[in-house]
Amino acid sequence: MCLAIPGRVLSTVGDDPLTRVARVDFGGIVKEINLAFTPEAEIGDYVLVHVGFAITVIDEAEAARVFEHLERIGEIEAELESGPAS
Amino acid sequence: MKYRDEYRDPVAAARLAEAIAGVVARPWTIMEVCGGQTHAIVRYGIDQLLPPEVTLIHGPGCPVCVTPVDYIDKAIEIAGRPGTILCSFGDMLRVPGSASDLQSARAGGGDVRVVYSPLDALEIARRNPEREVVFFAVGFETTAPANAMAAFQARRTGIANFSLLVSHVLVPPAMIAILESPANRVQAFLAAGHVCTIMGFEEYEPLARRYRVPIVVTGFEPLDILEGVYLCVRQLEAGRAEVENQYARSVQRSGNAAAQAMMTDVFRVVRRRWRGIGEIAESGLGLAEAYRAYDAEERFGPVGQRDADDGECIAGLVLCGERKPPECPAFGTRCTPEHPLGVTMVSSEGACAAYYRYRGVASVAAE
Ligand code: SF4
Repeated sequence: MCLAIPGRVLSTVGDDPLTRVARVDFGGIVKEINLAFTPEAEIGDYVLVHVGFAITVIDEAEAARVFEHLERIGEIEAELESGPAS
Repeated sequence: MKYRDEYRDPVAAARLAEAIAGVVARPWTIMEVCGGQTHAIVRYGIDQLLPPEVTLIHGPGCPVCVTPVDYIDKAIEIAGRPGTILCSFGDMLRVPGSASDLQSARAGGGDVRVVYSPLDALEIARRNPEREVVFFAVGFETTAPANAMAAFQARRTGIANFSLLVSHVLVPPAMIAILESPANRVQAFLAAGHVCTIMGFEEYEPLARRYRVPIVVTGFEPLDILEGVYLCVRQLEAGRAEVENQYARSVQRSGNAAAQAMMTDVFRVVRRRWRGIGEIAESGLGLAEAYRAYDAEERFGPVGQRDADDGECIAGLVLCGERKPPECPAFGTRCTPEHPLGVTMVSSEGACAAYYRYRGVASVAAE
């Protein structure tokens, strides 16, 4: 029920913040999505969509963080393996 | 799909699982709150990747599962009235009421329409001015702003033949109810990432302190869930109990202000019964006074107050994390998705359905 999927904003229509809509591309499927809750959304942004509404603009820098975190875990492991003896 | 596929990388998942094994020293029990996370955990076998010290238990985050039986009965009654159209999210159609479900009501001639968005229901009302159109508004905080918008737009544009049958639920009161239960085993929570996308996570901070429980706001993909578990375990091992945000690509501390404003305008907090669990104070949303005219209960009479008799179904215990689906004697035998005894076997987010679908009846033996 709380499913929300990411899609890319292709174009936007309207000025009224409550009824502004976007055409959003979900890997080839394009749907019209309400932008009332993401007034900051612009063309090219990735938004997270739930029941026809964009509920957030995905933060690109934060999106990469999981992978940076993985890298760091990798470095810590490497350090532990090479250990104080080396 | 960008922002999805990369979070399903099995090699990265294995590395995160290793990292968890590297930090864990003692046994810990962590609850994922959201049914969407439960589904991902069972589907991708995330629980099976974890070291034996870490137990994941499944939480109450399936709004479809906890909608009281009387609301289902009311929706069925409304659908059967001449001149009405009942609009609902697809998940609700097979949920058993006391005697029937919406799908059967439709087969019996009731006008039941599945909508993707609450605005689609409003559009149906606009196009059918001679009919009464009722939208069955269920969901958690993730869905509430969208449903609120349908009521807001109806009022703003003067669509008088539209109303909402509202059975919304709120997540934090359910977490408190679980923590205060004498049977509670939860030592840390993966908080529901999309609920927090709307609400932020400030309201969890006093909970983490008061109950000394780490709460990690977590996304829905395998790597998100594994990182959420990693952060929980690190806190537990260090004796910390804080709120952390794993899902920062979507969630900000104070949430989505525009969505919250819409919710507060249209809804008010009410007490709510949760199917299988019972009444939880201040745990739901109903329409605010200014929107009374759009309340389906005002137009079609109030919803009943009985508790469901779900027979041998132990969905309530499953929803509180006290039992896993394979521990139910009916699982996979008397209760299957074709012949469900309870909602958690029906809903695509229900824990019983997830185990049945991805683990099969064999999971009884494995547990
Ligand atoms: S397996 Fe069926 S009867 Fe048992 S708890 Fe789940 S839904 Fe209820």
